[in-house]
Formats: sequence, structure tokens, C-alpha cells
Amino acid sequence: MNQKTIDIRGREAYKEKYGFHDANEFVFRMEKGLSRKVVEEISKLKEEPEWMTKFRLRALEFFYKKPLPGWGGDLSTLDFDNIYYYIKPSDGKGRTWDDVPAKVKKTFDRLGIPEAEKKFLAGVEAQYDSESVYSSLKGEWEKLGVIFCSTDEALKRYPDIVRQYFGTVIPPADNKFAALNSAVWSGGSFIYVPEGVHVDIPLQAYFRINSENAGQFERTMIIAERGSTLHYVEGCTAPTYAVDALHSAVVEIIVKEGARVRYTTIQNWSDNVYNLVTKRAVAYKDATMEWVDGNIGSKLTMKYPAIYLMDKGAHGEVLSLAYAGDGQHQDTGGKAVHFAPHTSSIITSKSISKGTGRASYRGLVKVHKNAAGVKSSVKCDALLLDEAARSDTYPTIEVDEQSAQIGHEATVSKVGEEQLYYLESRGLSEEESTALIVSGFIQPIVRELPMEYAVELNRLIALEMEGSVG
Amino acid sequence: MAKTLEIKNLHVEVDGKEILKGLSLSIEKGEIHALMGPNGSGKSTLANTLMGHPGYTVTKGEVSFKGQNILDLKADERAVMGMFLAFQYPQEIPGVTLFNFLRTTMNSLRKRRTGEDFGGDRKIAATSLREFNKKINEKMRLLEMDPAFSSRYLNEGFSGGEKKRAEILQLAMLEPELAILDETDSGLDIDALRIVANGVNSLIGPQMGVLVITHYQRLLDYIKPHFVHVLVDGRLVMSDGPELALKLEEKGYDWVKEGSLSSVPAQG
Repeated sequence: MNQKTIDIRGREAYKEKYGFHDANEFVFRMEKGLSRKVVEEISKLKEEPEWMTKFRLRALEFFYKKPLPGWGGDLSTLDFDNIYYYIKPSDGKGRTWDDVPAKVKKTFDRLGIPEAEKKFLAGVEAQYDSESVYSSLKGEWEKLGVIFCSTDEALKRYPDIVRQYFGTVIPPADNKFAALNSAVWSGGSFIYVPEGVHVDIPLQAYFRINSENAGQFERTMIIAERGSTLHYVEGCTAPTYAVDALHSAVVEIIVKEGARVRYTTIQNWSDNVYNLVTKRAVAYKDATMEWVDGNIGSKLTMKYPAIYLMDKGAHGEVLSLAYAGDGQHQDTGGKAVHFAPHTSSIITSKSISKGTGRASYRGLVKVHKNAAGVKSSVKCDALLLDEAARSDTYPTIEVDEQSAQIGHEATVSKVGEEQLYYLESRGLSEEESTALIVSGFIQPIVRELPMEYAVELNRLIALEMEGSVG
Repeated sequence: MAKTLEIKNLHVEVDGKEILKGLSLSIEKGEIHALMGPNGSGKSTLANTLMGHPGYTVTKGEVSFKGQNILDLKADERAVMGMFLAFQYPQEIPGVTLFNFLRTTMNSLRKRRTGEDFGGDRKIAATSLREFNKKINEKMRLLEMDPAFSSRYLNEGFSGGEKKRAEILQLAMLEPELAILDETDSGLDIDALRIVANGVNSLIGPQMGVLVITHYQRLLDYIKPHFVHVLVDGRLVMSDGPELALKLEEKGYDWVKEGSLSSVPAQG
């Protein structure tokens, strides 16, 4: 399976075969800042049904009312009035390649990203077309009844399904950023897997054509019907450069009886971005939900993928990986809320802090009354690379049921002088030795990634280590 | 022609305390030297000082390797020059398989020794995977190791014997010009000792000098040294041929401590 994905992403082949395609020439940029008018305009431009316009406007009210979270990272410099809330992707956000910082360009070069792809990743070009690949896969999915398109497209083509589930897992009033996303959302993936269907090839956001894929406020929904399976992959190890400083997505997932969903994210935002994302899944009887969430880069990330275990036998896992470089703050973790008896969850968090980077684990395990026989374990490991690096853990455990078995384990370690000496005595430089120790530290998460992501992630970490020590 | 390893009047401090108090020794390629001595005499200090451990401070004396003063070089630079230390207590590196570790190390060493960069980071093709596989399988067979062993994380959860075998596997793969074995026999039962010693013997040749550090004589039943040195309280008190080891076994270290200084080589 992985092999196939690699072929699809084959660098030279990509450029040669698919080139550029930018059919959408409509250029539109809304005024900066947020208002009722802006929200109405977005909905109107997208020719949305009235219920969605109302949904957005109601969400906007919640956004105004809700306070900023009083915990987590520092949001004091986030200026809601200085953000474009809607930009047609095809106008490339008015940027040119010259505007992209040298550091980002250099990282692209070191990762071996081809020219065409670099420009997309830097937000200079709209996503280029991989139509023929996409079409053939799309054909296969359609035969199975699988829907995979942008959420905007889904709203047009499958309004009933969207309306049935939209905002049911994460209501607009959930938190300030969920409210913001609900008001101004654009793009994101919509996936529907019918009963009993197994989607063998991971679905990648990467495949989608010319949609508002890398949007700031994308809205992703996955509905896995009974007994179905799916692996969705989004993101990229290369830095995603964004001029606009706020990325606030909402991801809602419904995993029905006996179904299994894995959602893998690798994100590497440029270091000016506030990455404030709400992700939640509901898992029903005997269903399994797995979040694999890798966060590199950004100025501040606040993201705690959640699983609500609704029925007997439901199982949830969160694997969270955070890399906080100099000046960055990763406030990440996971949540498992056990509503039903005999449900189980595992949260594993690994964080690395370099320079003045700060990685915080923030998590919740909640067991409701009468949910008997719940098992949950939380394990967080932090690795500090420098004296100034920081790590904290904020585990919250609320148990209203006596029979629950809850385990919690946390470790903080530094790269040991003896470990470095041992590796250096074999001929590895200090940087190489540190990179090797770090790659070993994150291995339990990396091995869960599709192969090309795993390879790129290890390379990226090695690059990040350069000059980090000594 | 410069000697492979030449130590002159070496004084070393650890945490402000002098451990080595004027040690001189030279080793040529093809020679096997055994360094024996009671606990606390400074054997491991010598091993780690030679390899460049940052916690050991040389206050006086010289150490040269292949004619070059190495005291200002870091451990990795010494390894690039061809030095190797089989550790008494190897470190655990969780998540890094022995296989990956060795491949990374060999590629890095070859790159640094030849100065080639093998077409950039994207494809570090220093050693082809096939070539590497062949070599590691051969060496693991030699050390009677299960092929699956190389996919275990480096030293993590290894038994004492497995750790020592893994050290010798690294020695076999990296092919240094000077190998220092620090208490390689400690913690080994007799079968493991035989396997490890056979492994070492098969690697010994005219291209490599060996310094075997041991407390007991029994390793020297398998690895035959050309020279035996006795270290007591930071000084070499006796140096002689292989028969010295047997004498020590028979009479104990007290004999040397009291002992005649007649056979002590001149201190530099």
C-alpha cells in the first residue's frame, strides 16, 4: 500500500506528468477582519444553502461571546482584526516566491522538494493538479460508494449527509476557535465510507484537486459507517508557509459500530503561525478510533485530539508527537472521555524541546459514572535537548466510577552525556548522535506513519538538529 | 615510522582527583597488549581517556595516534582516525536498532574518512544495503548471534553477555586500527566468554593493535597477548611477556604491590 503512495508522489514523475493546472482564475480577497457582513459574503460566494448561512452566523455570535482560553499558550499577540478570513485559493494570496523566507526555501532544498511542490507548499501557487492519479483512485472509491471530496463540494453534492452530521461532534459553542471555524470555514476534506467497506489505500488530503486544501479554517468530516475501515492522512513534513498567522481547523469524526478509523496528521507550520485546532471523534459500539498527530513548527500549537467513547467495546488511541524548536510552544496532548462501560483508551505523547522551545502535554481522561470496567493509560515522555528547553505536563483525570483502571506515567529526560559519548566514540558527530537519539525517542510514533512520511520526518528531525548543539 | 599508539607520562584527573600518575605505553599494529590491575587502579580511566571522554582531564603527558597528538580531538574525531573502544558498560539507545545504528555509523565514518559526500543527504549510498547486509550477517554468525538480534534496540534490555557481544559486533563491523577492550570479559559466563574471545581472535591481524583491559587472567586463556602490563594506583608497575599473567593469577595482585620494581619499564 505504502509503495503505491510513494509511486504517486514520485518527485520527477509528478512534475513531468501532471505539471500545473489552475483552472480557477477567479481572484477574490475579502477585507481584513471579521464581521457579520464578511460571514454572509463567504456563504453567498459559496452559494450555500440557507441553513449553513444561519449556522455560520450563529457561530459568529458564539465566537464574540466566548472568552479566549485562560490556559495553554500565550495568545496575547493574536490580532483577530488583522486576518483575512476568506481568500480564494487561486489568487495565491498575492504572494510571490520572493516573499518566501530564505529559511523555508533552504529547508525545501534540503528535503529535496521539487520546484512545483515548493511553490504550493509556500502558498505561492494553488495546489497543482494530480488529476489522472486522483481520477483513477476516485473511480475505485466511487465503485465502493466512498465519498472523498472537499467539504465545500460535499455541501453542494451531498447536502443531506453534511447537514445530518455537521457540527454534531463539535458544536460551534464548544470553544472560541471552534466557533470561529464554524463561522468562516472553507475547504477541508469530507469522507463518507459506507457500511462494511474497507478502504485499503490511505486517503490523502494531498490527492484532492484545486480545492481549498491548505486553508486556514478548513473543516474536515469523516463518517465511517458500521464495520468500515479507513486511514486518512493529511499534512506534510515540509514547512507550510503561511503569511496569515492563524490556522484554526475543526475535524469531526463519527466512527459507527465496529468501524475503525485512523487519522494521521503531520504538520510543520512556519514559525509565525498560531495553530489552534479542535479535533474530536465519537466512537460507538466496538469501534476503534486512532489519532496519530505530529506537530512540528508553528509559533503556538494548541491541539488535543479527543475521543468520546459512547458505547460498550469502543477503543480509542492518541499518539501525539510534538517538536518545539527555539521560540516555539507546543501545547498538545489528547482526551479520552468514557461515557460507556467496558471502553478503553491509550494516550501516548512524546515531545522534544530544543533551544528555548516549550512542549506541554495537556490531556484529559474522564470516566463517567456507571461506566464500569473502563481501562485507560496515559504515557508521556519528554526529551529536553538544551538547558533553556522546557517541558510541562498537565494531565487531568476525572473518574466518577470506582471500577476504572487508570494508569499514568510521565518521564522527562535529557540527552545524556554518556549516551552522546558512546555514539561519538563510534565516529558520529555530536549533531548526528543527538539526531539518532531523537529519532529513537520518536520511533514508537514514527513507525505508525506511512513510510514516506516516516522517512521524511526522520530527515527533517536530522535537519532540525543541525547547529542545535555545541 | 610513528607508532600506532604512544602514551608518554600520562597524568589524568577525574573530578579533581588524580587517577593516572605518569603512565607510558606504546602499541604497534599487530600487537596485543593486556592491561591488568586491581579494582580502582585506573584501567577504565585509561580506556576512556584514550577514547576522549569529556569527563577526564589530562593534566600532563602526551598521547599520539599514528604520529598525531590526539589529546585535543573529540571522541568522534578519534574514531574517524581509527580508534575503537568496546565499553565495559555500553549505553542503551532506545528506539534505535543495532542494524540502523551500525549502518548510520558506517556511512558516517566512510563519509568522514574519505571526504566524499555521496551525492548529498538524500541518498547516502556509502555502503550499499546489500554489501552491508552481507557483512553484518557474516559477523553475526561469527559471534553466534541470532540474525533477529540486529533489529533490537541498541543495548536496550540486552543481557550482560548480549551487550558485550554487540560491542564486539561493532568492533567487527567498524574495523579500527586500534581496539581497546574494557573489561569485555566481565559478566560473561564461560560459553559467552569463549564466543566473544573467538570473535575477537578472528579480527586480530596485522592491521590492528589491541589493548585488552581485564581484571582476571581467564580472558587471556583465549586471547593471547604479546605483552602484559600491570597497573597499580595509576602507574604501570610491571610489564612483561604473556607468562606474567599466569604469575599474577597464581600470586595475586598483592605480590605486585609489594613487589620488586625490577621489571618496571622506565617512566617517561
